[in-house]
Amino acid sequence: MTAYLVRRIAALVPVLVVVVTVAFLLIHLIPGDPVSVMLGPDATPAQIHAARQALGLDRPLWEQLLKFYTRILRGDLGQSYFLDRPVTQALLERAEPTLVLTFSALLVAVVIGVPSGIVAAAQPGSLWDRALMLAALLGVCVPGFWLSLNFIYLFAVRLGWLPAAGYASILVDPLAALRYMVLPAVSLGFSQSALIARISRSCMLEVLAQDYIRTARAKGLSPAAVTWMHAFRNALVPVVTVIGITMAILIGGAVVTEIVFNIPGLGRLIISAVLRRDYPVVQGVILVTATAYVLINLVVDMLYVLIDPRIGYE
Amino acid sequence: MSEAAARARWLRRLRRNRNVVTGALIVVLVALAALFAEAISTHDPRRLNPANRLRPPTLEHYLGTDEFGRDVWSLVVHGSQVSLLVGATTMVLTSLGGIAIGLCAGYSRRLDLPLMRVMDGLMAFPAILLAIALMAARGPGVGNVIFALSVVYTPRTAMLIRSTVLGIRELDYVLAARALGRRDLAIALRHILPNCVGPLLVQGSFIFAYAILAEAILGFLGVGVPPYVPSWGNVIASGKNVIREAFWVSLFPGLALTLSGLGLNLLGDGLRDTLDPRLRVP
Repeated sequence: MTAYLVRRIAALVPVLVVVVTVAFLLIHLIPGDPVSVMLGPDATPAQIHAARQALGLDRPLWEQLLKFYTRILRGDLGQSYFLDRPVTQALLERAEPTLVLTFSALLVAVVIGVPSGIVAAAQPGSLWDRALMLAALLGVCVPGFWLSLNFIYLFAVRLGWLPAAGYASILVDPLAALRYMVLPAVSLGFSQSALIARISRSCMLEVLAQDYIRTARAKGLSPAAVTWMHAFRNALVPVVTVIGITMAILIGGAVVTEIVFNIPGLGRLIISAVLRRDYPVVQGVILVTATAYVLINLVVDMLYVLIDPRIGYE
Repeated sequence: MSEAAARARWLRRLRRNRNVVTGALIVVLVALAALFAEAISTHDPRRLNPANRLRPPTLEHYLGTDEFGRDVWSLVVHGSQVSLLVGATTMVLTSLGGIAIGLCAGYSRRLDLPLMRVMDGLMAFPAILLAIALMAARGPGVGNVIFALSVVYTPRTAMLIRSTVLGIRELDYVLAARALGRRDLAIALRHILPNCVGPLLVQGSFIFAYAILAEAILGFLGVGVPPYVPSWGNVIASGKNVIREAFWVSLFPGLALTLSGLGLNLLGDGLRDTLDPRLRVP
């Protein structure tokens, strides 16, 4: 296992090199002169010259890239132009809401998606199956951010059951945190639950068609025992992989959901950074989320091996 | 079976597939709305009319008006133009980019590893965040949205083409072509590429759907096409501010967005079923 882990981590290195290079190149994609764009039209030539030197933009490209790498390796993501603090500190301050939102949405997606897929697969072609799969198709097509607005209108404005926007830390006030988190988590998790339902259903159907399921039925086990004890565990393996992919989509979706519900997370951070041309913060957010995604997939692969002993470490 | 007969059979199967027919009808409907936007919209979608703001749907304003008094129906109809332009162009660019990169990677063992590592790296970014970051560098505008989304979605197509090429490269007829002395480029273009058309069509309709959605998200976040351009994302964003008084402003462009996504997803599902029954999700 250790050797496998080491090999997997080594395989991450080239991916992360590309990730860092893309973040680096971002500054060079700015049309015209990046420094005058960053400083705005009021900057004096002296300020522009100083900023260019401070950013190292007067050096050759390969030297800038090398410097960028050594800086990142030291854990230094630079200084925000507007927030008056290092980017790493800004990221740490804003990470909690995004993490809570992403994992709550994942929970919603799995809790709705997996049982729906299994119920649909238990009797393929039945009314339940058709209704659930139609709902899943709509769920895939409905844009999450628009769904959030409709939820706000229905549950906050009309019915007044839940707050329309805002955030409370789960560490400070768990009950308020829950009330604030219900609508964002459901609207973010819903379309992913549709995806998970479709995959769970097809994995389940595949497993249910196997010989050992027929044997289990033939020896007189109840349909519930066959479904849950025999089929479910084997259908779970591909579903776990999908959950890894889902995480990536949820991290991206969390950005949009945060804007709708006014949640002070990484999404609000990157959007305000984009609007203020605070490039170190933009670089920091995409670096951190991409790295998180890569690490999550590593963990998912590990889980995969743990769940299914047939999959070796090779 | 001759080639023409095979094609006729495939077309018949397409026409019988309910998903393809429904999906295609929806997409055609949206395309017609975009083409004849001037004719079917009742007002100028850019004209501000503050005296007439936040009117609920009436016979004068089918879908009501927004906070600036713009007619929502006309905004939705014109918004389809931006969506389809971004979606279609992104689909074409990602296909071309994907074919170029995928063929190189699948066909040349030397280029395979570096190209695929770059694709892996690009795919490590959550799609919408990479698009946001690219928009941050390039600034708002339709061309920049298309650029950002093409960069974001090309790796998927490149991976698909590469794996298709790898599956075909060692088949007998390709070896035969090589034995006859055809050059690599000719083999790639004449013998391998045609086999990628099916997977490309399926992938293309899904990328079209993603791109339309992503364009709307960027517009909604205020980093997509400029705010004065009527696009579904921009209208939903302005509806967000007035959701308490006027739910219709965000409701209808969102429905249009959902409908287009549904059409393209149905089309993609149906094409996949008819082109390759083995890929079918039961």
